Amino acid sequence: MRVRPFEDVVAEHGATVLRVCRAVVGPVDAEDAWSETFLSALRAYPALSADANVEAWLVTIAHRRALDVGRARTRRAIPVETPPDRPSGRADPAACYPDLWAALRRLPDKQRLAVAYHHIAGLPFAEIAELLGNSPDAARRAAADGIKTLRKLYPEDETA
Amino acid sequence: MSTNLFDELQADDETLARLHHRLERDAATDNLLDVAYRTVDSPVGTLLLAATTAGLVRVAYDIEDHDAVLMTLAGSVSPRVLRAPARLDGVVRQLDEYFGKRRTTFDVPVDLRLAQGFRRSVIDHLRGIDYGRRESYAAVAAAVGNPRAVRAVGSACAHNPLPVVIPCHRVVRSDGSAGQYVGGPAAKSALLTLEAA
Repeated sequence: MRVRPFEDVVAEHGATVLRVCRAVVGPVDAEDAWSETFLSALRAYPALSADANVEAWLVTIAHRRALDVGRARTRRAIPVETPPDRPSGRADPAACYPDLWAALRRLPDKQRLAVAYHHIAGLPFAEIAELLGNSPDAARRAAADGIKTLRKLYPEDETA
Repeated sequence: MSTNLFDELQADDETLARLHHRLERDAATDNLLDVAYRTVDSPVGTLLLAATTAGLVRVAYDIEDHDAVLMTLAGSVSPRVLRAPARLDGVVRQLDEYFGKRRTTFDVPVDLRLAQGFRRSVIDHLRGIDYGRRESYAAVAAAVGNPRAVRAVGSACAHNPLPVVIPCHRVVRSDGSAGQYVGGPAAKSALLTLEAA
């Protein structure tokens, strides 16, 4: 298999990784986490084996970078931003988004990560278990519990 | 089901463009931008321009298939390939001046690692053929010390990694006709006409 230019990796996975970062560290830190993820990935890319699952590899890097970003934020102890009022409709996702994050941030870490890695990145539970340091069954339960809680905290607009 | 739930995390193009730009800058700062590329529109079609930290490493015509060229660069130079226009700013400006007849020579750093051996000696010779002049394949073969290697000179021209900038279009047949060209015959005659006007 031939090596693809790194630009293809960014084009194909950039959007998904940003959604994962937003779900894992929230809107304020997501862009830093994304940037650090892709810079680390670029550094390591020549050593990646040609048959690797690129998305799983990126999520693994994002997982580590997100932990770093989270730690840095705890140390800086920045005051919590005031979420804007939720406008009607979904015309402006950026404005709606803090509500979903408000719900996500209330999940236990393992649930939030399992939800992000499975339902956004599409990783199998075996790989999620490796990242979370638990079993595939535990990862599956964490994701299911997370989704259940999210649906309570963040009732979906059924007309959407 | 859960796809809808996360719709609001959807990345918009503007955010992704901003993040990409930041990645280009960070990669250059950390010395990880092994190959930077961009495309530019020109009178001879869209050109792909790619540069290493050493200099311009590839110019490619549309008909060479830009995706295929980038794939080849990823294999032969480095897979750390990013669309990062900043490194190509100088080349773009000089191409613009060249096509606007305000420039007759290119003064940009070049990286000739993709031309080796005999092909490299041909490329080195081509750099000395002045604007508006023409030389035959046979004359180039003689100049590089191998008068019988006329076909090999044609092949070296066809594999010129930096067409337009290194003027393989100035090499023509002994009978005066333009001959073949990596960018196609129309592009060759367009460049020869531009320089003759």
